[in-house]
Amino acid sequence: MMAADPSTGLRGRWLLPIWSLFAREVLRFVRQRNRVIGSLGTPILFWLVLGSGFGRTMRLSGGPGETEYMAYFFPGTIMLMVLFTAIFSSMSVIQERGEGFLQGVVVAPVPRLAIVLGKVFGGTALGVAQGVLMLALAPLAGLPLSVEGFFAAAAAIFLTSLGMSALGFMMAWRMDSVQGFHAVMNLLLMPMWLLSGALFPAAGASLWVRAVMTANPLTYGMTALRAALSPEAMSGGAGITGGTVMDNPVVALGVIAAFALLTLALSGWLVSRPEQR
Amino acid sequence: MSLHPGKSPTPTKGGGDASRARPPDRPLMVRVRELSLSYGPRKALDSLSLEIGEGELFALLGPNGSGKSTLLRILATLLLPGGGLAEVAGLNVVTQSAAARRRLGVVFQFPSLDVKLTVSENLRFQGYLYGLSGKSLATRSEELLTRFGLADRCSERVETLSGGLKRRVELAKSLLHRPGLLLLDEPSTGLDLAARQSFWNILTELMAEGGLTVVLATHLMDEADRCGMVALLDEGKLVDMDTPTRLKHSLGDTVITIEAPHPESLAAPVAERCGVQPTIENGKLRLTRSPDPSLAHRLLEWFPGKITSVQLGPPTLEDVFLARTGRPIGNTDSQPEGGEPPGIPRADDVNSGKETGR
Repeated sequence: MMAADPSTGLRGRWLLPIWSLFAREVLRFVRQRNRVIGSLGTPILFWLVLGSGFGRTMRLSGGPGETEYMAYFFPGTIMLMVLFTAIFSSMSVIQERGEGFLQGVVVAPVPRLAIVLGKVFGGTALGVAQGVLMLALAPLAGLPLSVEGFFAAAAAIFLTSLGMSALGFMMAWRMDSVQGFHAVMNLLLMPMWLLSGALFPAAGASLWVRAVMTANPLTYGMTALRAALSPEAMSGGAGITGGTVMDNPVVALGVIAAFALLTLALSGWLVSRPEQR
Repeated sequence: MSLHPGKSPTPTKGGGDASRARPPDRPLMVRVRELSLSYGPRKALDSLSLEIGEGELFALLGPNGSGKSTLLRILATLLLPGGGLAEVAGLNVVTQSAAARRRLGVVFQFPSLDVKLTVSENLRFQGYLYGLSGKSLATRSEELLTRFGLADRCSERVETLSGGLKRRVELAKSLLHRPGLLLLDEPSTGLDLAARQSFWNILTELMAEGGLTVVLATHLMDEADRCGMVALLDEGKLVDMDTPTRLKHSLGDTVITIEAPHPESLAAPVAERCGVQPTIENGKLRLTRSPDPSLAHRLLEWFPGKITSVQLGPPTLEDVFLARTGRPIGNTDSQPEGGEPPGIPRADDVNSGKETGR
């Protein structure tokens, strides 16, 4: 009783499988209350503790002043949230591939890119939802939010989330233990955040740190978000280069979008490569 | 009847002929030709060839590392073979993997259910992967859940189910898209006896309906015993393949099992007295290949006080595996001290005529 094969066509072959992975990811998240608390609570805690701590004790040359540090650090907190979400999502790739849901996904007649898209979109949705929720707190940090500012910030959050989730996926796909991913997290993902302008602006940093920051894709997401939240900070030298085209939020958005596309494409390529062992 | 079965002609002829026991008119579901795969110097699959007909319940029996899981993973399109050919329903699993995947259902050794989701949600998300949706998906899920006795649990989260029920959900999930071939990797792992029994009842029922071919990898004799065909695998090679009954009969009708406090020290005297080399399996001495049944009580007379019990019974698949490979199926990595288990000649006499790799 073979009717027309349902696993063909745009809907059956791409949309339904992507939806399956996406919706499952979101459903899973909301059902794990400690995950919700952890990923919303940690960055807020970081913001309060680090923000007030740094603000009191450090004076950054060319950087924000004492009272403004909480405002300066706020977009950095949002990006940390986005990063945590991407990390969680990537770790689940490792777990579910060895012993879990993804085993069943890879033997299904699903285009390999659809697996990447479903999983990464799921992680992105969670990142965006939390990031946008956090935006509502911006006025508390002394960052009044305009309507355009909100949408520009949401765009920055979305693209960064997409890029970081895809980067995490790429790293996680071939790994067989979550422990291994901790190394990636500590040696790559966290430094990417530390050197994105989240904690301190590039302007006052040493030359090599600035070079690293310029090469760091997360810096551009950070710049675009900061520009959306406090345009005046950009003119005050909080950008990457302190006033060149690189600090243009549109250019920054373009860079992070390109990064997201690149990591998605690489993930798709990696997943479609059959395994040798 | 000869008391020297090592020298008597064996009932099985040539273990390597893959198509021997398959009715010629039955179409093939799985075809494997000279399949090889190496992990470094170790050959997980060594030029393995076999064929599985449609509608068969087929066991890949072997110890850990025998290649059964590797073969299953290749058939499931998860792993690229190093050489050779593997086909599912006439589709090459390497070059036509997407088409082959549509015909495949897989139940993995480790659960693939999302425990945070309900039973129905698990099936629904699985259905989407195969392009199923809406009414047809709902009907099909309901049908399977009812059938497997899960209808009243469908809105419960999987994490609240017992191991046996989880395995049934797993099975329902793998059958959602009506695959022609179902691959089961160690399906009884972690199940208690009752759950195992009910899993097998369901499987037997499914097989009776027809239209489904099942290939299962197992290291459990009783599981292989329930299958229509058994392929014995060892070190990536096909050792023998036949129905369980014929495999067992190849060792004759009876086996004498001797339970003793010190089986190792008893092996040599028993061999000397009976003229048959006993094997040691699970701490018991076994005399295979139709020893004279009267030996049973004579043994008790010969070795008073040294034997706890003597039993007469039919041979098991474990005996067959041991006879063919010289190794018990249970512990492969750790051989009994002294390398070879005592008494068993490397059974090349029974297992000849097979091409084995390079």
